[in-house]
Amino acid sequence: MGWWQGFLVTARQSRVFGGQRVTTEYSAGKYAGDAKIAKPERLHGRHVLNRYEDGMEKCIGCELCAGVCPARCIYVRGADNPPDEPVSPGERYGYVYEINFLRCIHCDLCVEACPTEAITESKLFEFSFTNREDAIYTKAELVVDDEGRPRQLPWEDWRPGDDANTSGWMRATAPAGSAEFEGRVAWSGELGYGVRAPEPGQGQPGQDQPAGTGPDETGAG
Amino acid sequence: MRPLLLAAGDPLLEEPVTLFPIVAIVLVKVVVAFAVLLVAVLFMVWFERKVIAGMQNRVGPNVAGPWGLLQTLADGIKSFFKEDSIPERADRFVFKLAPYLSLVPAFLTFTVIPLGGSFAGTSDGTISLFGHRTFLQVADPPIGVLLVLAMSSIAVYGVMLAGWSSGSKYPLLGAVRASAQMVSYEAALGLSVVTVVFVSRSLSTHDIVAVQDRLASWNLVATGFVPFLIFIVAATAELNRPPFDLVEAEQELVGGFHTEYAGIRFAMFYLSEFMNTVTMSAIIVTLFLGGPQPPFHWHPAGPGWLWGLFWFVAKLFVFLYMYVWFRATLPRFRYDHLMDLGWKVLIPLSFGWLLLIATLRIARDQGWNQALTAVVAAAILAACWGLFSLALRVASRHRRLEGTAF
Repeated sequence: MGWWQGFLVTARQSRVFGGQRVTTEYSAGKYAGDAKIAKPERLHGRHVLNRYEDGMEKCIGCELCAGVCPARCIYVRGADNPPDEPVSPGERYGYVYEINFLRCIHCDLCVEACPTEAITESKLFEFSFTNREDAIYTKAELVVDDEGRPRQLPWEDWRPGDDANTSGWMRATAPAGSAEFEGRVAWSGELGYGVRAPEPGQGQPGQDQPAGTGPDETGAG
Repeated sequence: MRPLLLAAGDPLLEEPVTLFPIVAIVLVKVVVAFAVLLVAVLFMVWFERKVIAGMQNRVGPNVAGPWGLLQTLADGIKSFFKEDSIPERADRFVFKLAPYLSLVPAFLTFTVIPLGGSFAGTSDGTISLFGHRTFLQVADPPIGVLLVLAMSSIAVYGVMLAGWSSGSKYPLLGAVRASAQMVSYEAALGLSVVTVVFVSRSLSTHDIVAVQDRLASWNLVATGFVPFLIFIVAATAELNRPPFDLVEAEQELVGGFHTEYAGIRFAMFYLSEFMNTVTMSAIIVTLFLGGPQPPFHWHPAGPGWLWGLFWFVAKLFVFLYMYVWFRATLPRFRYDHLMDLGWKVLIPLSFGWLLLIATLRIARDQGWNQALTAVVAAAILAACWGLFSLALRVASRHRRLEGTAF
């Protein structure tokens, strides 16, 4: 390649000569007003604490999420359930639950660690606070409301669909990703949503192939 | 008899000077030139960002104003309101002075550029304002070209003093590079300009434009392309634009000479850099491409000055685009390569070409056989080039034997 051919390479990128733009505009383009582009299904956003369909909290105060958190942003204290008015179906419940969103890196490890699918992540990531207190979300702000919807705080920019798919999809397959579990519901129901359907594109129940023979098994491991 | 040295050519100033309209016209021209240059710079920043974004498969500024046109304005307003920090170890006075030293020469150079004016018939590039004929340029000093060279030399003071007064390592390194680079390329730049002056037989920018009345007499052709190419390379180096942007090589020197600058002072450096790009392109157009002159004798209907302006802007665009294209395409020079190119290639080449042109001029004036003179001169130059390369090779072998070569 002669030195002058570099000039052709750059010139050819112009849209006049069929160059492509690879930029995805966050705001869905200048003339889309306040609209934003659709968020990816598996986006890691602000956490929610889920409840069972009968309204009981899923969190059992085991502190596994706090233990696994690489940013040390979760603070949990468990307490024994009051016998006459239990908060969660187990022995204990999350008495204090705080997440410091100034430190959270949205890695989703807490969601993977949680044994009861109590903590999941919504797709909301556009929130900004003006003081530290607002940044530390307490249980009152994290637990879903009586319809199973995340509480929408004044400094959060919720868009339709941000609360539709919290990361419950993670349990659609076995932790090892084995095809045997594809399409099988392996998580508990949630307040307001019931039992979520398996993730789209993971095959239908009854059509599962035996482990090790699926087309995706070979290379992906 | 010309009344004022700095206003030799302009017919306006040969009349008796009155407050109105003579001084008023001059003031109007100054203000208009100032505004035009500022708008051109705003546009150039946007143009560069947009074009380079296109070449890198990006979108570029597109939010502020239609197609992002007001992005530069937004950036400028932001710079105004930013904290204006001065390093503790800085020389405060020089630190504050340096941005002006780099901004003012950029402006002054623009004053001698003929922006338009009709060259049809006997109008000689003049327009009529309030019944007075005047050039469409702020001033036409008889030493216009020298002013250009002087200003481009003074501009290095801004860069150098900025780097020195910052009291910091990287700016100083950037400043040292800047001065070395400017000194190296100023010579080649000047020698190729001398070729133009030889051919045009004038130092006044208006006269230089006036003689280039068709494509064949454009200095681009009349000086035989080589000075034009040398001028473009040297000018790019003089502007510290890629691939010669070692002065502010981000990977090595953080920001180069303006590392310690922030807010409006940084904005002034930024502005002067782009202003220099616009001005230098205008100088190339003036010296080599006939400025506002059309490429052939074609003077259609309509106001002549507008056509002049059209040709000038059209030619200017070519070079603005060229500079952006360079930046998108060429990787930065290594420092010793930069020096090699300047001292071992451009200066000898421009000097040799100057001698060749001078010889041909003399041959024409004295009535010698032109073809024979050209052949002999070219042979002598080739022999000189051979000796020069030999000397370079011997010197580099000696350095290698001493173990000091790279």
